[in-house]
Amino acid sequence: MYVAVKGGERAIENAHAWLAEERRGDTGVAELSVAQIREQLKLAVNRVMAEGSLYDPDLAALAIKQARGDLIEAIFLVRAYRTTLPRFGSSVPVHTGAMSCDRRISATFKDLPGGQVLGPTFDYTHRLLDFKLMADGQVPQAPTREAAPGDVPHVTEFLNQEGLIELAPQDDTPPPDLTREPLEMPADRALRLQALTRADEGFTLGLAYSTQRGYGRNHAFVGELRIGSVPVEMEIPELGFAIEIGEVTLTECETVNQFKGSKTEPPQFTRGYGLVFGQTERKAISMALVDRALRWEELGEDNVGAPAQDAEFVLYHADNIQATGFLEHIKLPHYVDFQSELELVRKLRRAAGADQLQEAAE
Amino acid sequence: MKDTFDENNPRKAWMSLLAKAPQGRVAALLDTAMKRPAFTWLRAPEIGSTMVRARAAATGAPFNLGEMTVTRCAVTLATGEVGHAYIQGRNKADAEVAALVDALMQTEAAEHLRVVLLDPLESEIEASKAARAAKAAATKVDFFTMVRGED
Repeated sequence: MYVAVKGGERAIENAHAWLAEERRGDTGVAELSVAQIREQLKLAVNRVMAEGSLYDPDLAALAIKQARGDLIEAIFLVRAYRTTLPRFGSSVPVHTGAMSCDRRISATFKDLPGGQVLGPTFDYTHRLLDFKLMADGQVPQAPTREAAPGDVPHVTEFLNQEGLIELAPQDDTPPPDLTREPLEMPADRALRLQALTRADEGFTLGLAYSTQRGYGRNHAFVGELRIGSVPVEMEIPELGFAIEIGEVTLTECETVNQFKGSKTEPPQFTRGYGLVFGQTERKAISMALVDRALRWEELGEDNVGAPAQDAEFVLYHADNIQATGFLEHIKLPHYVDFQSELELVRKLRRAAGADQLQEAAE
Repeated sequence: MKDTFDENNPRKAWMSLLAKAPQGRVAALLDTAMKRPAFTWLRAPEIGSTMVRARAAATGAPFNLGEMTVTRCAVTLATGEVGHAYIQGRNKADAEVAALVDALMQTEAAEHLRVVLLDPLESEIEASKAARAAKAAATKVDFFTMVRGED
């Protein structure tokens, strides 16, 4: 039950004024600019773009500053802003085979055309705090080497040549859009992928890890992981042809999974797919594992009751803005609800007390 | 996936190039090249979004990946040519100048702008891409097999 009450305006205003002051911190320390966040906390910016579901590094950086580094709060701000934008249209599906790769590795093939390109990775670092970063320092120029021209082919294409891997034939069914229609079950793969790419990284990681530990195990190998930029092309109605309207950085992960075969399919490798805005490697790998686990039904596998196989459980709990909205609302005033609970408990106790008195009397 | 010949291809190419220019760069190149022409708004600059799509497993059915911010506008030059712009981000000044260049590329100024604006812009964007690709190439692993001891 909701009852309007007045009061608290001054307290709220003062709380927000103090919030602004606390956000700024010690004024003896230089203020952080949005450009500094965009350039130097890029992976936080990437996460906010991915889960905020809006590619705009400046806005994501601003949201991080406003949210004092609370990334879920920043994602909330970006999602709220997103709803104010008129939608001009949809892009032509991006062609990740034409990605300008910063990084491209395969855990399944050592020698593959295009090679193993590590890119700017934390892998193989010692995970020791680097105290040099506490002092101002010039960063040495990264070494360069002549790059091979041309597109880098997807690893799965090699397995395709032997017919050993499940094909993903092109299909042009217009995809459902969960930002326009409420998410409903059963969700097809297009809808699941949209929900997963904007899903909370921690939740997706936990689910993916659960499949590795045996809850719906599907033996994933990272067939390929690539990070880089792709052009975004859109049909312009007033022109009657498509133009590139910009470029986005994406992380793509394709897993290769064991598959014993079914009544209709021979034994072969199957695939899980992860594609996420920005350099967001942990999320993309997690997404691929969860995507593969959710495909049990279409691949004719057993449902072993694992959480990662339960589309309804996964998709209805993966969105951190929905989750935090419902979770955090319980801290807001519920005085009247609680008052009625209080009345109820008192009444039950009185009744129980009366019963006891009666029992004692008998 | 190569485009077949299409009379729109040159325009498609310059509009795509203008959309990918760094912030303020087209304005700087245009203002060095010539005085901006008089124009009226056919559509005043407007900020909105485009839903970016991708394909499941890179080649399968499309799905909605997420939106990106886009600014669009359209101008009509005093001489009648119409220029359009759809560019990534939220920058009305950049959209205005991209639409102006699109319109100017349909006038006699085209040849001059090709040389002093589009070509240099294309080289700059290519150079920046090449610099990144060269850094990536330096992180490519060269495997070698260790000689096994045979005692």
